[in-house]
Amino acid sequence: MHKESAIREPLILGHKTYHDITEDVCRSIEGKAPKAWYVLFGIALLLGLYGVGCILYLLGTGIGTWGLNKTVQWAWDITNFVWWVGIGHAGTLISAVLLLFRQKWRMAINRAAEAMTIFAVFMAGLFPLIHMGRLWVGYWVMPIPNQFGSLWVNFNSPLLWDVFAISTYLSVGFVFWYIGLIPDFATIRDRAKSPVSKKMYSILSFGWSGRAKHWNRFEIVSLVLAGLATPLVFSVHSIVSFDFATSVIPGWHTTIFPPYFVAGAVFSGFAMVQTIMLIVRKGLKLEAYLHTKHIEYMNIVIMVTGSIVGVAYLTELFISWYSGVEYESYAFINRATGSYWWAYAAMMTCNVVSPQLMWFKKLRTSLLFTFFISIVVNIGMWFERFVIIVTSLHEDYLPSSWSMFYPTWTDIGIYIGTIGLFFVFYLAFARYFPVLPIAELKTILKSSGESYKNDTAPKRPKQPVSPKKTVVSVVEEVTVDVEKNVITEEVHIVAEEKIEISHEEKQSRISSLMEKLGTVDPSKKDDLKLVSGVGPKLEGVLNDIGIFTFEQVSKMTKSEYDLLDSITGSFPGRAERDNWAEQAKTLMNK
Amino acid sequence: MADRVIYAMYDDDDVLKDSAKKLVAEGVHISDVFSPFPIHGIDPIIGVKHTRLGIVAFMFGLLGMTLAVVGFKFFMIVDWPMNIGGKPNFTLLQNFPAFVPITFELTVLFAAHGMAITYLIRNKTLPGMPADNPYPSTTDDRFVMEIRLSENSKFSGTELQAKIKETDIIEIEEKDYVVVK
Repeated sequence: MHKESAIREPLILGHKTYHDITEDVCRSIEGKAPKAWYVLFGIALLLGLYGVGCILYLLGTGIGTWGLNKTVQWAWDITNFVWWVGIGHAGTLISAVLLLFRQKWRMAINRAAEAMTIFAVFMAGLFPLIHMGRLWVGYWVMPIPNQFGSLWVNFNSPLLWDVFAISTYLSVGFVFWYIGLIPDFATIRDRAKSPVSKKMYSILSFGWSGRAKHWNRFEIVSLVLAGLATPLVFSVHSIVSFDFATSVIPGWHTTIFPPYFVAGAVFSGFAMVQTIMLIVRKGLKLEAYLHTKHIEYMNIVIMVTGSIVGVAYLTELFISWYSGVEYESYAFINRATGSYWWAYAAMMTCNVVSPQLMWFKKLRTSLLFTFFISIVVNIGMWFERFVIIVTSLHEDYLPSSWSMFYPTWTDIGIYIGTIGLFFVFYLAFARYFPVLPIAELKTILKSSGESYKNDTAPKRPKQPVSPKKTVVSVVEEVTVDVEKNVITEEVHIVAEEKIEISHEEKQSRISSLMEKLGTVDPSKKDDLKLVSGVGPKLEGVLNDIGIFTFEQVSKMTKSEYDLLDSITGSFPGRAERDNWAEQAKTLMNK
Repeated sequence: MADRVIYAMYDDDDVLKDSAKKLVAEGVHISDVFSPFPIHGIDPIIGVKHTRLGIVAFMFGLLGMTLAVVGFKFFMIVDWPMNIGGKPNFTLLQNFPAFVPITFELTVLFAAHGMAITYLIRNKTLPGMPADNPYPSTTDDRFVMEIRLSENSKFSGTELQAKIKETDIIEIEEKDYVVVK
């Protein structure tokens, strides 16, 4: 087993067993959704529908319903596009780059962040599609033989690179996310009670069974996909920045764009992860898996990428002066002091100043402050794109065509609508999908679980010393659990004694046991398999004796355990070791 | 005669691994292990070979790259050379810097999807496929060894059971071996 350094903080707080992880993650899927979920879903759905309405209105009427004009040909649409793509960068970065660096804390957030990525990139993709004006001929961006003598798409154009980059990113991101989800869907499938959900999750889980060979392949597939996705993440936002950098517009035409856009994307993506995960961990009660340390790690990433972005802003300013190009210099002076100075000021404050506050440990470990900053960063990053796009365009080479950009209600409606749609998807995800990677968390439980790190986890008894083969014959085909060190001498005697016990003797022991536990109607049967240490076989044995419910099990004490052992002859000491009565009590109260 | 199979259930991954080591040392052939998460180090013990999916990904990546390059040559140079700002439209090599981004994207696209599809087909995990884990709890917190009698002809069923019972199991069951998929 992989050992983690003792000074490294645990990633899973408290004492959790493998079963606890399953329970904690599946609880929200199997239980009823709280009222707040319905309220949020309703609001998100309304906003989303409003957005869809605006899109339909735009498609019916034309791009003129946006506030664009001859000078400012790109504004909110591309701002929103870049903003959403940027948000979509954290997910793959967390799952791919952090996987390659073996950062285990990513497991608390990777599933949720990947979902966020997919939904965000989907929202991003809407904007260029709408901007085409004629959505129904959107397939023209693909190199498909056509009626114009096969006039191919222009592979020299960064806008076409974008088409390939975004669609590759979306589909590869989806595959990466889904391959990780399959084993977790299988877990939910095997627990599902209602036939409908059983059916749904068996389709979603693709018939996953968890064979050794499959896990072997799973690990390699995850690793290779991470290796492929890492350069992909960097390429996507680099290519988005080429949309601007390869043009000859002052303020866009800068070589610093690719690294600066990628850093900005990670910055805004992590901010969005913080916003969402702080709510999700609270709403789904997952504080044990996503605690302050995880938030702190993410805040450090925000601080680092925020600083890179800050340096990039200042470099841009310096180079515009140092280049000696008057148009270039003017673009930047106009940005900072022109009619859009307030957008520039908002960008500088939100993106350069606010992440620097994360140097203070008190602030970066404060959840409320983190939530506040994450919102600030999201706003700041939206303004960054707005500043880059609109301020560079609105005062171009020809002063007579200088103009301002004012958003129309369609601009605003579509933007708000994508936020609504995003949350519709996200809330549905949080309700029906496992928000934490169940299988992956189990792999780090023993190396990074708190109770395993500080040795408070219940110890397993040592391997058996000598097997007791004598016990086999009493109840046929029942497991023989060999002695553990914990077993008292007393039990040994009982276990050996039993070989001679007659049928009548056994019956009398059963009746005396049942007297203490009380008889019940078999139809009120509980699922005794939920008790750790009881499997389908042992459940059958218990049912044969007359034990059907948790209530009966909860009444068991040491003497009943011994009596049970003497009847079944097959599990000496097991019931006591696993403390069935205590377990049954908790199960009863559920 | 129908094949029989013994399922031995454990409640801990490390215990299963140690038991597997012990059983294999005694000459038992373990056909498979069902677990809720990957047990690191179990593969060499039970003789699961390292997967070749990495090679598959590489080959699909090469395919994607080749398609991209052949496509550029045909679309942009041979079939309809476009004059875009005077960029060289007569030679693939000189125009290639502009094609690097999409070449990369297509390489990744093919490698990722090719590998993922191969993975799903080889696992027989496709939409609508039935699951074949012997107990539902193996996707939660139970670890099950599958030992087929036909692969352990030197032992009888009882002998095998006795050997398995010497390890720290929770349950053991012998039944007919059914191939689900």
